[in-house]
Amino acid sequence: MRKDGKETSTELVLTRRHALECMVWAGTGLLWSVSGGIPRSLSLLDAAQAAEAAKGAMTFLQISDSHVGFDKEAKVTAVDTLTEAIDKVKALPVKPAFMIHTGDITHLSKDGEFDDAARIIGSAGLDVFYVPGEHDLIDPGQGKAYLDRYGKGTLGAGWYSFDREGVHFIGLVNVVDLKAGGLGNLGAEQLAWLKSDLDGRSTSTPIVVFAHIPLWSIYPKWGWGTDDAAQALALLRRFGSVTVLNGHIHQIVQKVEGNMTFHTARSTAFPQPSPGTADKPGPMIVPADQLRSMLGLTSVDFTVGRERLAITDTTLA
Amino acid sequence: MPVMLPKTVNMGLVATLVALLAQPIVPAAATEARVTISNFTFEPQALTIERGETVRFVNSDDMVHTVVAADGSFRSGPLDTGDSFVRTFPQSGTIAYFCGLHPFMKGSIVVK
Repeated sequence: MRKDGKETSTELVLTRRHALECMVWAGTGLLWSVSGGIPRSLSLLDAAQAAEAAKGAMTFLQISDSHVGFDKEAKVTAVDTLTEAIDKVKALPVKPAFMIHTGDITHLSKDGEFDDAARIIGSAGLDVFYVPGEHDLIDPGQGKAYLDRYGKGTLGAGWYSFDREGVHFIGLVNVVDLKAGGLGNLGAEQLAWLKSDLDGRSTSTPIVVFAHIPLWSIYPKWGWGTDDAAQALALLRRFGSVTVLNGHIHQIVQKVEGNMTFHTARSTAFPQPSPGTADKPGPMIVPADQLRSMLGLTSVDFTVGRERLAITDTTLA
Repeated sequence: MPVMLPKTVNMGLVATLVALLAQPIVPAAATEARVTISNFTFEPQALTIERGETVRFVNSDDMVHTVVAADGSFRSGPLDTGDSFVRTFPQSGTIAYFCGLHPFMKGSIVVK
C-alpha cells in the first residue's frame, strides 16, 4: 500500500502510460514452418509464452492471396486450398474475433470468382475486413466489381479504419494507379486521409495497418514494395505499437523496426519464390505433397497492456 | 439465269472462308506483328512497326498479365494464359506500355 491515494494514483497512471507507450509487440511471435510433416519453430518466443499468448484477450486471423480462379495446378485449384484454409479456421478451438483478407481474393476479378470466394470465406461465419489486391481490380470497371461487394463504408478505392478492443485497425489500398516501373502506390488523397485519421489519436493506441503490397521494401525489382509507404510510416512512427500486415509475396517475411512490426502472410493458393532465388516471381510449381506446407494462415493474438502481440503462422499441411 | 449468279458467288465466298478457316492460326493480315508475354517479359521488348500496323500481344505465361499504355491511351483486360490483345497503331511515335499487374514488366512499340 502507498502512503496516500494521490501518490498511488499518480504511480498507477505512470505505470499504465509506461506500459502502453513502451508497448512493442515483438511480432516475432511463434513462427511454425512445417516441412516434411515436422513442425519447426523459427521463433524467438518459447512455447510457454505462445500458450499464454493464445489465451489473449483477442485473436484475429489474416488470410491472403486466395486467387480464386487460379487453376494452373490441375490437381489442386485455388478453390480447393481456400476451402482447406477455411476448414482450418472452422476447426480452431477458440473462435477468432474476426478475419482480415489482405487482397488478391480473386485471380481475374470475375464475378464468379468473387462469388466463390465470398461463399467459401463466408462459411467460416466471421466478420471479414478486406482490402483489394491488384488481381481484384482488373474487371472492365477497374475496381467496380470489388467496390460493389466490399466498398460499403469505405473511402476512395476502398480504404477505411475501425476499432476493436482498443486497437485501431487501418485498411489501406496500394494497388490502384500503378505506374510503369513503379511499386505499390497509396496516393496523395489516401495519405491525406490517413493523416486525418491519425490526428489527435493517442500515441498509446495500438495500431494495426493492413494492405496488399508490402509497405516496406522487400524486393523492388519484383515490385515488392510501395513507393510512397515512407510517408505513411512517418505518420505512424509516433505510436507505441504499430503492426503492419501485408500479402502479395506469398511467403512469410518479417522485420521489427523500432515500435513497428512488419509481417507478410502466406497465400492460400500458390507459393512464390524467395526474393532473388529465381529470375521471375511467377507461381512456384511444387510437388503436390509439398504444396500445402507452403500455403497457410496467420493468426494474431494480443492482450492490451501486456506488451505482447504474437503472430502465428500455420500451414495447410 | 440471273438467279444462279448470286448462288455461285455465295458458294465461292463460302469456299474462300472455308479455305481461310482451314489455315493454321496466323495473322489475318500480313501487317500484324506480335509481342509474346513469357516469363514476366514482353518479347521483343521494343517492337518496330509501320504506321497503321496491328500488334497482337499474346500471353504464353502461366500468370495473368495486362497491357497498359504508359500514357493511358489503352488498357487490355486481364490476359490469362493463351489470351491475346490486339491493338492498331495509326500514328507515328514511341508508345511505352507495361503490365498493370506487374509494373516492372515494360515494353514499347516504335511506330515508324
